[in-house]
Parts: sequence; C-alpha cells; structure tokens
Amino acid sequence: MIKGFTIIFVLLFIGDAVSDLLNIPIPGNVIGMVLMTIALKYKIIKLKDVKPVSDVLVKNLAFLFIPPGVGVIVYFNLIKSEFIPIVTAWVFSTLLVFAFVGKIQDRLSKRA
Amino acid sequence: MKEIIGNPIFSIALTFLIYFIAQAIYSKYDFMLLNPILVSIVAIIIILKVTDINFHTYNKGGKFISFFLGPAVIALGVPLYLRFKEIKERGGLSIIVSTIIGSVVGILSAALTAKLLGASKEVVASIAPKSVTTPIAMGITEKIGGIPSLTAAIVVATGVLGAVIGPAFLKLIGVKSKVAFGLAMGSASHGIGTARAFQEGELEGAVSSLAIGLNGIATAIITPIIFYLIYKL
Repeated sequence: MIKGFTIIFVLLFIGDAVSDLLNIPIPGNVIGMVLMTIALKYKIIKLKDVKPVSDVLVKNLAFLFIPPGVGVIVYFNLIKSEFIPIVTAWVFSTLLVFAFVGKIQDRLSKRA
Repeated sequence: MKEIIGNPIFSIALTFLIYFIAQAIYSKYDFMLLNPILVSIVAIIIILKVTDINFHTYNKGGKFISFFLGPAVIALGVPLYLRFKEIKERGGLSIIVSTIIGSVVGILSAALTAKLLGASKEVVASIAPKSVTTPIAMGITEKIGGIPSLTAAIVVATGVLGAVIGPAFLKLIGVKSKVAFGLAMGSASHGIGTARAFQEGELEGAVSSLAIGLNGIATAIITPIIFYLIYKL
C-alpha cells in the first residue's frame, strides 16, 4: 500500500513539475498517467506494487467528483439567468460527442 | 453549532454517508436515474440548502476528497497498461482519429449553441471544455477567460449526464464494439463516464481512461483556437 502510494504521488509530482516547467496546458495528472503506463510497460515499476492502490482509486473514482459537483450551488443564480443556453449546450453537445465518437469508432473498429 | 459544522470532518463524513446510502439504493434498484453520483450531489445540495450551510464551509472537508482526483488519474495508467495490447489490436490509430473528431465536435457544439442562444462570453468560455476531466477543463477555461469553478460544476454535470444516459444512448444509436463504447464514454464524460464504463468491463474502462488523456490533450490544444475563431470571425 505504502509503496503504491509512493509511486503514484512521485509520478503525480513529476507530471506536475513537467507541466509547470514546460508551461504546457496539459495537466500533471494526465502526464503522470502516461508515465505510469510507460513505466509499467518497460518494467520500471512492478504491477504488483501499484495494482492494489490503483484498484481502490479507480473503483472509487466517481466518488471523488461529488464535492466539485456540489459546487454548482455557488452558480445557481448565474445558471438561472442563462439557463436555456447553458442547459441546451450541455445536453446537446454531450449527446453529439457520444454519437460522433461512438459511431465513428464503431465503424473503424469493425474494419480493423 | 457553527464550529461543529465548520470541522472539515463533518462534510467528509456526510459525503461518505450519503454516497454509501446512494450506492445501496442503486444496487437495489439499478435504475439509471438513481446513479449514485447524481443522487449524492442532489442530496448534499438539498441538505446544504435546508440547513443553510454554504459551499465554502462544506468544501473545507470536500476538498480533501476531490484532492484524490489527482492520484486517481495517475492510477488510471494501470488498467490502461493492462489492456494496452488489446486496445492497440482492436482500435489502433483509429482511436486517435475518433477522439480528435469528438473533441472538435464537443467544443464547437457547446460553444456555438451557448453563444447562439445568447450566453455571455464568460459562460461560453466556461462551457466549451466541458467534456474533459476537471483539472484540464479548469486550466483551459482560465486561459480563455471563463470562470474555472463554473467549469468544474459543468464538467461534473456533463460527467453525470454521460454516465446516466450514455450507455442507453449508445445502444439506441447502434454502437456495438466495446472499444467504441469505452471511447465514447471517456470522450464525452471523462472520469465519471469512465467509472461507469468499468461497470461494463475492464476493456471498456481502460479505453475510456485512454480517452480521458487523449481528449484532454486534444481539447487543451483545440479549445483556444475554436474560441478565438468564434469570437473573431
């Protein structure tokens, strides 16, 4: 457990540092995720060291979004005053992404 | 009383308790609108409204929970590694093509719809990157002059919407492949969609994790360009 958390936080720190130093718009955690995959692939990190911790975090990922989701209350008034554009854009655009990515990838996957 | 509620442990305990109950309800009824994240957020908002506790007080504890989003994204690298070969065989380069198209469609449709319906520039900037994971979306919004915390709320709302209606919608429009399912879930609704994709299977979840990263990178690069074009042309 401790080893797993150590690896994860070190990778997160490296990711953040790279993102800051290179001043790129990609956040440190995404860089860290890629580093994790690469480090496992090249056996720099052993799977058994990170699997238990990663399983806990991945399985409960959705739970971590509750506080920022509750944060919507701060903007109730703004959302109320621009309700139609916000809600329409939110729902319409989400469905469109599902349709485009789902359909295109479905075609391409079958051909492959 | 104020001091007791101001204790960060209060909101941490409350969030765990509500989510625990919401999960129990979901596992009993398995009805999509009872999605535990949606139910928990709504329940906590109602509790805060009724008891007149503001978000700032709630977030004293809440931020300790959302803090773990950082390490959790790193952890997504593990299922990604485990399924990498399978993803490459089944999807390959086509995954990058689909994700980039999805990214452009997502930004363009969100920004244009909001703008055409009369949203302010600030709100358009806040909604444009709604399909990517919170830290990426907030960073993009900040760069183009939106309100980062409004983006955070819209991002979570998008994740919840995708997790709730995504699987049924994809089935409705006839998406069959597991790779396409996972990619759409991660592209449209980031981490919350990915959590839902893992319920379908390890492969779906891993592809969805990949989509978070790819779509995050694509959206970070494309949003400022689209935003510039919309407001300059």
